[in-house]
Amino acid sequence: MRILRRTLISGLCATALASAISCKKSPADSTGSAAEAGEIVVGHYASMTGSTAHFGQDTDRGVRLAIEEANAQGGVLGKKLKLVTLDTRGDSAEAANAVNRLIDVEKVSAVLGEVASSLSLAGGRVAQRRKIPMISPTSTNPKVTEVGDYIFRVCFIDPFQGKVMAIFARNNLKFDKVAILKDVKNDYSIGLADAFQKAFSAAGGTIVVEQSYSQGDTDFSAQVTAIRGTAAQAVFVPGYYSEVGTIARTADRLGLKVPLLGGDGWDSPDLFKIGGDAINGSYFSDHFAPDVASAKSQAFVANFSKKYGQAPTGLGALGYEAALVLIDAIKRAGKNDPSAIRDAIAATKDFEGVTGKITIDAQRNPQKSAVVLKVEAGKAKFETSIAP
Amino acid sequence: MTQFLQQIINGLSLGSIYALIALGYTMVYGILKLINFAHGEVFMVGAYTGFYAAGALGVAGFEAKSQGFPLYLALLVLIIAMAAAALLGMTIEFLAYRPVRSAPRLTPLITAIGVSLFLQNAGMLLFSPNPQRYPAILSEVRFEVFGVIVTNIKLTIFAVALCLMLGLHLFVQRTWTGRAMRALSFNIDAARLMGIDTNRVIRATFAIGSALAAAGGILFGLDQITINPLMGMLTGLKAFVAAVLGGIGSIPGAVIGGLLIGLAEQLTAGYLSPEYRDAITFVILILILLLKPEGLLGVLRVEKV
Repeated sequence: MRILRRTLISGLCATALASAISCKKSPADSTGSAAEAGEIVVGHYASMTGSTAHFGQDTDRGVRLAIEEANAQGGVLGKKLKLVTLDTRGDSAEAANAVNRLIDVEKVSAVLGEVASSLSLAGGRVAQRRKIPMISPTSTNPKVTEVGDYIFRVCFIDPFQGKVMAIFARNNLKFDKVAILKDVKNDYSIGLADAFQKAFSAAGGTIVVEQSYSQGDTDFSAQVTAIRGTAAQAVFVPGYYSEVGTIARTADRLGLKVPLLGGDGWDSPDLFKIGGDAINGSYFSDHFAPDVASAKSQAFVANFSKKYGQAPTGLGALGYEAALVLIDAIKRAGKNDPSAIRDAIAATKDFEGVTGKITIDAQRNPQKSAVVLKVEAGKAKFETSIAP
Repeated sequence: MTQFLQQIINGLSLGSIYALIALGYTMVYGILKLINFAHGEVFMVGAYTGFYAAGALGVAGFEAKSQGFPLYLALLVLIIAMAAAALLGMTIEFLAYRPVRSAPRLTPLITAIGVSLFLQNAGMLLFSPNPQRYPAILSEVRFEVFGVIVTNIKLTIFAVALCLMLGLHLFVQRTWTGRAMRALSFNIDAARLMGIDTNRVIRATFAIGSALAAAGGILFGLDQITINPLMGMLTGLKAFVAAVLGGIGSIPGAVIGGLLIGLAEQLTAGYLSPEYRDAITFVILILILLLKPEGLLGVLRVEKV
């Protein structure tokens, strides 16, 4: 019997080893290598593949559009901008690798990215250590900009987003019992859930049950069954679209007929593809509503739709926004020097962007309001706007 | 109580999928003493073949008109996926395992891991790494019995799994090839001396095991809503643990092991914490290897030197 046992154990060890080795890095879309004279190189690291591939791809489209528009107007400081995008595959070790590579091999002056907070934390630590300014378009976890004085963002932060949905659930929907289903492997999801819980309890509501899952799970029937046994009027699911879509269908299938509430992690066309009819009637907070916006953002929506054949998501808008803030800062810095660019980003004041007016505060976060969108017939529609 | 019964129903349907995959592990191990780590990927390819076959047969059109997909087309999807997986299984056996069959036991094991990684990455390249929503091959009907929700999908999963397992049992017990398989698992050299074409029988074993995994893949897609190219990794490992739990080499053991693992996972997720749902499977593996390494229904075989 010993032989059998040994084969099994060695087999398992070998699988573990092999899966560790298989995680090699794969640059997705690098358009060249070292910086040439007369060019300002901007790096973007994003999940171009993997379970959050839509995040990276949408953001990259926004970034790319902003860079191309700036180049069409003659570039910045008399030089052309060059964008290098590296894939993180949604993995935090890859994110750190990508930022190292952008700095060492591509010689970038500034870095944009990532979408996911866990990945921005990993990449941000590298950027901070190497003193290269980084602007995260969409990482909403507060810890991201706490990494250091070189790390900025152009989106609101989790405590605010969690608070927005709590206020919305309590005041607009008049709910007093809500369940939470959070992704425990994800800093973003945990941050939103904590903020929601505090704000909802403070507003006089009760969290009836708190359930969890791990990113990559495909079976949610146990959690949904547990929530169905309570009097919850809604479920707050601050996760990412692929899991949220599956959760919505599982809830529908198991007869849990309450709206789901969520954050900007829902923002992807795949949410409607996976969730189907089951996701209708749910609400999520976001940075940007394409159906109500200013003249500047209307122009952006038109250009984006023309170039890519589909309307931008909030992520596309924020990718564009982050690139605009960076380009504006490079202009004001007056030279292609990372620390001068950092100072100029920190001094951004009343910058008219596509998602609102941006002033970077002392914590390197912008001050701006959030929108709440309602899912109706496979589309996200503007419901209300909630200010800080 | 309602909640408990609901978790049991969920666990049994997940467990029958594990059981279908576990059968492939156990059959191959029974004959070749090889843990076919690529089996989880055959399951994945089976699910994707079903996905594309359903697409080619126009499932989107039926969905758009909110009509049910005709049953005969659903069966056709199942058959196409099972046939494609059988072909893949035989190809893997021919290209990767046959050349190293007489090598030390660790060699084919490493080859199996190589094939598994190759298929995972090929899957990401060919099918895109994004999770895909599984088409509604079976339109959903819901019943409520004393507050417990049962869908026709869950019932179909039991029924299909049960039929296939019963069919396999009859095949192994009643047919000539089945008898040859049992002979091979008893002693491969003696079987060859008795005039059995061992290559043919091994090929048949891979074909049948892979076809069952493909059926599991389609049922998994229906049950879990989305599929992705890495779905075979963890599901395959869990099914492997199910095979070990039941007694590797034993067909009824694989079925019982699969159902037990499904139930253990679902009850852990429902009552302990969803974070332990994957861990519990491997705790079971460690316990069974320490306490009863031959598994619940396995036979202790002494290896003579």
